[in-house]
Amino acid sequence: MTEAVRFEEVVRSFGRVRALDGVSFSVADGEFFSMLGPSGSGKTTCLRLIAGFDRPTSGDVFIAGKRCADTPPWERDVNTVFQDYALFPHMTVVENVTYGLMVRGVDQRARLDKAEAMLASVALGGFGDRRPAALSGGQRQRVALARALVLEPRVLLLDEPLGALDLKLRQQMQGELKALQRRVGITFIYVTHDQGEALAMSDRIAVFSHGRIEQIGSPRDIYDRPRTSFVADFVGAANVLPGSVLGSRHPVAIRPERLRLGEGELQFDATVAARHFLGAGTRLEAQLADGTAIAALLAETDPERLPAEGAVIRLGADRASFLELAH
Amino acid sequence: MSAVAGAGLGAAIGRSLWRRSGLVTFLLLLPPMLWLGVVYTGSLFALLAQSLFALDEFSGVILYEPTLSTWRQFLSEPSNLDIVLRTLVMAACVTIACAVVAFPIAYLMARYAQGRWKALLYVLVMLPLWSSYLVKVYAWKLILAKEGAITWIFGQMGLPWLLDGILAIPLIGGPSLSVSYLGMFLVFTYLWVPFMILPVEAALERVPRRLLEASGDLGAPPGMTFRKIILPLAFPGVVAGSIFTFSLTMGDYILPYVIGSSRLFIGQVVYLQQGTAGNVPLAAAFSVVPIVVMAIYLAVARRLGAFDAL
Repeated sequence: MTEAVRFEEVVRSFGRVRALDGVSFSVADGEFFSMLGPSGSGKTTCLRLIAGFDRPTSGDVFIAGKRCADTPPWERDVNTVFQDYALFPHMTVVENVTYGLMVRGVDQRARLDKAEAMLASVALGGFGDRRPAALSGGQRQRVALARALVLEPRVLLLDEPLGALDLKLRQQMQGELKALQRRVGITFIYVTHDQGEALAMSDRIAVFSHGRIEQIGSPRDIYDRPRTSFVADFVGAANVLPGSVLGSRHPVAIRPERLRLGEGELQFDATVAARHFLGAGTRLEAQLADGTAIAALLAETDPERLPAEGAVIRLGADRASFLELAH
Repeated sequence: MSAVAGAGLGAAIGRSLWRRSGLVTFLLLLPPMLWLGVVYTGSLFALLAQSLFALDEFSGVILYEPTLSTWRQFLSEPSNLDIVLRTLVMAACVTIACAVVAFPIAYLMARYAQGRWKALLYVLVMLPLWSSYLVKVYAWKLILAKEGAITWIFGQMGLPWLLDGILAIPLIGGPSLSVSYLGMFLVFTYLWVPFMILPVEAALERVPRRLLEASGDLGAPPGMTFRKIILPLAFPGVVAGSIFTFSLTMGDYILPYVIGSSRLFIGQVVYLQQGTAGNVPLAAAFSVVPIVVMAIYLAVARRLGAFDAL
């Protein structure tokens, strides 16, 4: 397995603020790697360090095994799809897509052929003469993708590329991006704050919080075996409970969808505080005897068959559904 | 909480205006439209219409009958065309010099200066605009004079031969800088450069940093990014600035009196013809020239795509 990108104890400080506080990870060639975290957690800073827009305060960044602290962005075999796409407004779609090839001195015929093929593969054939301003958000997003992919980089960096799209389009693009990555075989490093997106597309996910990586693993690992209460709560919702319920010294987490009414090996009394109709189910908010808030996701939606607000209920789940956290 | 029930005349007027938002727009636009439409454009056309009348050579009285004789007089006199050509070449040279001088300053202000430094640079750029035009022009006359500061500086540096050499160049040279086209060009450039810096700075400020990063990301070294991204996107600003520098130079009628050889410029002729000579129709004909030139200039700039990125 060859390595596309490696971080070794990377620190990036802005004044007194440590945006990255000793981050180490490595991404394999051909991998779809997501960096997931809330805004300000350091994931975009990581991306900028790989692209070369920024330099680490200390530590090393390697691309394809080579230290690249002194390599400017235009000499890196890495391309970026920006959050707001950063398409050149004074150029047509084709001029945008051929920009990188033009810079590399590819002759015009070959340039246009490659651009046409690339635009066709993102379903934008025939849009070449338009200006970015005349395109919809989803189309711009695909132009940005084509502009970066046409250079066949070693690594493609994607900075929340679906953030500006509406929900339906976002879900459709998730599938297309994943399929595209399989097809071209390029390493994707994908920054997002949307856990659903990260779970659906990634081979591996790094969960960021406060400039550190909380956990790295496959989507299943992250979801089913979260190591910390932050990861448990950020990736899918989770109720974090004191360890005493399991007889453990560490806190434990239980997913709302694993809780059932009056069933399971472990059960607790709770008072219903609120019911929220979600369409596909009902979200029940309740309080344990010690005041800890707990949420349950039930498939039942009929108000007649759901406990009323203020009612005392028994919530339970099997032992295996409880996740033991490190802290 | 109860809704605030408006009482009194003010509230009633407020409510009725809210219901008729078109009326508010109309009332707000009325004064500027009156000013621009009637007072400004109206008097401009009144002036231009004068060029279709003619001065009676014999009595010195303007005959208010439509005629092209003033235009015939204007076009048949070779010295008039010299005046137009001289003014246009000067305006073009000043505009190019202003663009070259302004761009780095504007770039520094837009990309690198921040907070207090930016405010300071703004003040420095605008500072010359706070002092009187006449004071500046006369100050420059002294600086450029044969006994002035520039001659002295060249002397101190042991380079008087260089200054003499420059002044010996035919056409742009002269006995001293203050009585040469070169001196005039320097002072024009000094006077109008803030009018170029400000629009170029505003244009550069609007170029998102992301685009520069994207260009570098796609493999373009900084020089290429400058040529392919920054320059085209800042070009509307340069065009906007050049409209100022070009038209201000074309219309100026004081500086050519104070500095330069005493050859005439368009502004001076307009001033002379409508004042001393009392030939308002000919002055009007001369006034048409800058307007036509600017119209052609803007049309060409538009053709070149200067306004595409607006």
